[in-house]
Amino acid sequence: MAEKVIVCKELTKRFGDFYAVNKISFAVNKGEIFGFLGANGAGKTTAMRILCGLSHPSSGEAQVAGYDVYRQAESIKKNIGYMSQKFSLYENLTVAENIEFFGGVYRVPAAEIQKRSDALLQKLGLTGEAKKLVGALPLGWKQKLAFSVAIFHRPRIVFLDEPTGGVDPVTRRQFWDMIYEAAASGITVFVTTHYMDEAEYCDRVTIMVDGKVEALDAPSRLKAQFNANNMDEVFYQLARGAKRSGD
Amino acid sequence: MKQFFAFIRKEFFHVFRDRRTLLIMFGLPVAQIVLFGFALTSEVKDITLTVIDQSHDVNSQQLVSKIKSSSYFVVSEAAPGFNDIAGAFKNGTAKCALIFPANFGSDLQHRGRAPLQIITDGSDPNTAKTVVNYLTAITTAYQQEINPGKPLPYLIIPEPRMLYNEEGNGSLNFIPGVMALVLMIVCTALTSVSVVREKELGTMEILLVSPFRPLMVLIAKAIPYLILSLLNFILILVLAVFVLNVGIKGSIVLLFLESMLFIITCLSFGLMISNTTNSQQTALLLSMMGMMIPTMIFTGFMFPLENMPGVFQVIANLVPSHWYFLIIKAVMLKGLGFKYIWKETLVLLGMTLLLLTIALKNFKTRLS
Repeated sequence: MAEKVIVCKELTKRFGDFYAVNKISFAVNKGEIFGFLGANGAGKTTAMRILCGLSHPSSGEAQVAGYDVYRQAESIKKNIGYMSQKFSLYENLTVAENIEFFGGVYRVPAAEIQKRSDALLQKLGLTGEAKKLVGALPLGWKQKLAFSVAIFHRPRIVFLDEPTGGVDPVTRRQFWDMIYEAAASGITVFVTTHYMDEAEYCDRVTIMVDGKVEALDAPSRLKAQFNANNMDEVFYQLARGAKRSGD
Repeated sequence: MKQFFAFIRKEFFHVFRDRRTLLIMFGLPVAQIVLFGFALTSEVKDITLTVIDQSHDVNSQQLVSKIKSSSYFVVSEAAPGFNDIAGAFKNGTAKCALIFPANFGSDLQHRGRAPLQIITDGSDPNTAKTVVNYLTAITTAYQQEINPGKPLPYLIIPEPRMLYNEEGNGSLNFIPGVMALVLMIVCTALTSVSVVREKELGTMEILLVSPFRPLMVLIAKAIPYLILSLLNFILILVLAVFVLNVGIKGSIVLLFLESMLFIITCLSFGLMISNTTNSQQTALLLSMMGMMIPTMIFTGFMFPLENMPGVFQVIANLVPSHWYFLIIKAVMLKGLGFKYIWKETLVLLGMTLLLLTIALKNFKTRLS
């Protein structure tokens, strides 16, 4: 039995009469790439925000990295990385300054920041651009850098909220290579997306419809279960019944 | 602590890389000082004066030459008729007319009294009043000159003195006002914008997910602006002393501490605004409406508070800059010590604590 790094039981978030997240239960294994799929407004982002400690659940239970989301949000924050759908670095800081800043915020020791940042820049091929403002980089580079910064402090789990929005297919592929690499190093990846081809890259996917988890399994088994050729068809079969749409 | 310094460093990078912020921060005080000091002065100079001299004697000519030699008037002696005065006022060639009746000199010498008519363009009442005052002063001086040593019989000569400001330096009143205004713009507007900008860009979310405590985010945001505002305060003082010749009578340390308190007031207000808004424009607009306009109107540095209806005088008490203005005036211009301004300081302190509490409380609830 693999170690569980995220466990949710009947997790619910209610805004008045509206159940953004309605009694969802699932568990994520260590080192897994866990896809979180759903139409706009299905509740993906809300669920993720709860797990990151940005939002309090209305009821239900959840543990992230072994810590309780109600009482131990601060401990959770030390053990996770996060990359939002909006671009998440400072455009008017240089590449090196961004790395230094986020390293500092996560209390990575100065010498270690230096060492890791050199290695990182080398790997991304950005050594020459270290002193350039992030705003001047092409979007693909920015996204890759943002991901690298999100896992710079070596978190146990990294949450990616639609990380590849607006990026071209080649860069997206490279981005996924980085995700695989992170997962191979033991970081659990929790990723929301609405690109169905990306769903195929995940070890397991959850499909949310109207705040509920409608399916949860490996992509191959979901395809078999729904008798579909690809994840697109699986998703359509499930999402057709959705009542909510739009954010 | 290292975390904290990393944050402050980053905040300084933001400020120094943004030319517009820098321009607002350091260009604004300079521009305001220059504007208020040189352009928006209430002193009137080069007043065009028409003389109608029907007497043509020694006294009238002596008086006219006295007027000419003052720096305030430009005298034309083309001596038009009475009817031309209105014409000259209408087409703007004269602002005022001085009429010596026939026998002005002999009346003065023999009867000891002589009428002299001053006609001014009342469509500009402020200038008109000033002109009358100047002319009266020159006339009085002339009378004393021709009667040296002895006071004129039955003549009351007012000798006005402007206490704390003998030279009538108009800069005195607005320097504290400009200080309040500039500190407010820098602290309130720039702080609120800097927090809201992070919300707009989405980086606020990243910060809130990080182990960096939300409260520290606010404090770290405010500190660079506190430091820059203090620099700004020094800049204004230096400009006031060396460019506008306004002396600092009171203790500089007291001035500095009181300003620091006011800066914290403004920062709290800026943080409060940033908690309730999500766009930079709204934040900017709110800080303008909430702080700058009340400062202009209610501190009393532009419009005298004493002339306002009672309701407005009560409202003025709610504006923090009103109290700061009183404090700065007392310390800087009158040289008063802390025991004369402790009440004002207490009010300002109370307001600051209230604003700060609201700002911090809102920030916490927004997270849950």
